[in-house]
Amino acid sequence: MKKIALILMMAVAFVSCNDDDGNAPIENVTVDVNFTHNWDGDAIENADFDVIQYTNAHGETLSLSKLVYLISDVTFTNASGEVFDAGDYTLVNVREGSNLTFTPQIEIPEGTYSVSFTFGFDDEDNDQNYQDLNSADGGWNVPVILGGGYHYMRMEGKYIDASSPDETNYQYHTIRAVDLDDQGIISTLTDTSFEVNLGQVTIGNTTNIEVKMNVAEWFKNPNTWDLTQLYTMLMPNYNAQIMMSGNGANGVFSLGNVTQ
Amino acid sequence: MKYGLALFLLLFTLISCNKDDGGGAYTATPLNLEIPSFFEENILPPIIPEDNPMSVEGVALGKKLFFDPILSANNTQSCADCHSPQNGFSDARQFSIGITGEAGNRNSMPLQNLAWNYNGKFFWDGRAGSLENQIFEPVTNPIEMANTWPNAVASLQNSTEYPVLFDDAFGTTTIDSTMVSKAIAQFMRTLISGNSRFDQFQRGEIELSPSEANGLNVFLDESRGDCFHCHGNPLNPLWTDNIFHNNGLDEFFIDKGLSNVTGDPRDDGKFKTPSLRNLAFTAPYMHDGRFETLDEVINHYSEGLVYSETIDPLMKAVGEGGVHLSEEDKADLKAFLLSLSDPSFINNPDFQN
Ligand code: HEC
Ligand code: HEC
Repeated sequence: MKKIALILMMAVAFVSCNDDDGNAPIENVTVDVNFTHNWDGDAIENADFDVIQYTNAHGETLSLSKLVYLISDVTFTNASGEVFDAGDYTLVNVREGSNLTFTPQIEIPEGTYSVSFTFGFDDEDNDQNYQDLNSADGGWNVPVILGGGYHYMRMEGKYIDASSPDETNYQYHTIRAVDLDDQGIISTLTDTSFEVNLGQVTIGNTTNIEVKMNVAEWFKNPNTWDLTQLYTMLMPNYNAQIMMSGNGANGVFSLGNVTQ
Repeated sequence: MKYGLALFLLLFTLISCNKDDGGGAYTATPLNLEIPSFFEENILPPIIPEDNPMSVEGVALGKKLFFDPILSANNTQSCADCHSPQNGFSDARQFSIGITGEAGNRNSMPLQNLAWNYNGKFFWDGRAGSLENQIFEPVTNPIEMANTWPNAVASLQNSTEYPVLFDDAFGTTTIDSTMVSKAIAQFMRTLISGNSRFDQFQRGEIELSPSEANGLNVFLDESRGDCFHCHGNPLNPLWTDNIFHNNGLDEFFIDKGLSNVTGDPRDDGKFKTPSLRNLAFTAPYMHDGRFETLDEVINHYSEGLVYSETIDPLMKAVGEGGVHLSEEDKADLKAFLLSLSDPSFINNPDFQN
């Protein structure tokens, strides 16, 4: 196995050498995807964290303390239906400002593509073991009794509502929905990752695609999120996971600026 | 296969040597860390800085320095005095006492699996940016070893043994503080704990007791312990996120922790999550050693949580002091926590003086 890897690496080294001095007619390019975050249009920066300043659709005022999420399978489909997908993933940490730019490890010919990505991991990806994700944020994986696989998002903070001035902690964690039977045995697992289609994008040799996340949308549509009811213990809450996925797929992500 | 790899490495080294055109750069005997297979399969490899590769001679020197009071101003205190193997390389005293008899204000930290601290932030408040940097502090800290580096280096240089040992490890008999820190860091990277009852369970060698098994469920259950979001889970054998949190100990902070370092009031009262390995040996607990027993720790999370502005959002039911675990769940949680302790680690002859 290691030997094969070695040979492969050497082969790659050779190939890249060849590539470099070649005058190939079509240049293959990588694409940068840049994630930005806003609350109904107000940019979310590091300084905005831990400040109770956002009002959700249901009327609770809240802060963000943490916003980390997983994006996978950025996919480029050209006019003739040819699909380019590196099959890789990235963990975006908004507060730390890490991995805000992701360059899928695939080179594609310049041209116009329909671009999409997956929020979280689909079941196929979710069932693999990832050393880097197990090592991230204390373990990005989901314990087996909670259905296994990986977290899609950890959004956390505090909220206040009209009934009391006290701050209450919330943990809006999204994972594959899991239902347990009376014995605590997993009875249903539902893939709650979703695909986001950004539409047509023209890819040149230095293209940067902005993907915007409007965090307010997680609380808005089609499920007006009642944070006073659904603020904690959401991982084992099957219905909550389905609702979060529904909101996520509905207007949270959109295509921003494309620069060439 | 191993032979092939070795050959390749050799070749690689040769090539790099050529590039370096180094005039006979000295290389000590390379040492591979013995990484538990479960670590290798499930988490990223350990962090070994490029400018401080592990070597047999470096580790041996680092170990000697770790246990030798020669680094302290009056030759009375070694690292091991506050990081004793029998205490999981921490200190049984709430606050360690330096050479002047003065106590610090923080509990000593266990030293284990430090090479897997991916964030590379050391101390309760993260103020040291690497293991190598960390070592500069205790030697000169007035309430610890209270020495100066020129003095420490002179003591080593004037000894009969050390110049030779530095020569073996780094190819020079001229000692400096950087080499001291590199050697000790190498030794500390060998302090690997991966053979607790729970590790044996993970390897399929033993079964957990029913109490330990339920304790694990409490630990993982979002409606009960929910400890795993900070302290890791069975796929992460480090049992810490190495990140800074306020876990609800105090309303006001005498020791501000992370914000002393970052200057950011949002970091008030945050401390590095400690690993849950080897708790059987590392009492007392928390940054200020306020809890003498695990029961006190569990009671804290169960009903003693205190609100403050920076309390971590993962803390549940803070208004009621916590989620109020049943007595049975508390006992089981404790049994599970103790299953993460590893007697073979504290008794490892390689780690003794
Ligand atoms: C007088 C007692 C004392 C002595 C001597 C001492 N330490 Fe410590 N050590 C501590 C305390 C207390 C802390 C926690 C300090 C803090 O967070 O501010 C600590 C923290 C550490 C840490 C950080 C661990 C982590 O996970 O972040 C390392 C590493 C360490 N010491 C290594 C050493 C070495 C190496 C020496 C000898 C050169 C040494 N210590 C000498 C008391 C001591
Ligand atoms: C929000 C993150 C977080 C969660 C959740 C959490 N802890 Fe902690 N834990 C910490 C931090 C941070 C410390 C150190 C705090 C300090 O010293 O100020 C700590 C300290 C400890 C210690 C003391 C270890 C030592 O060496 O001093 C134990 C034991 C412990 N936690 C167990 C648990 C258990 C059991 C749970 C679940 C009931 C839990 N923790 C939940 C962050 C967390």
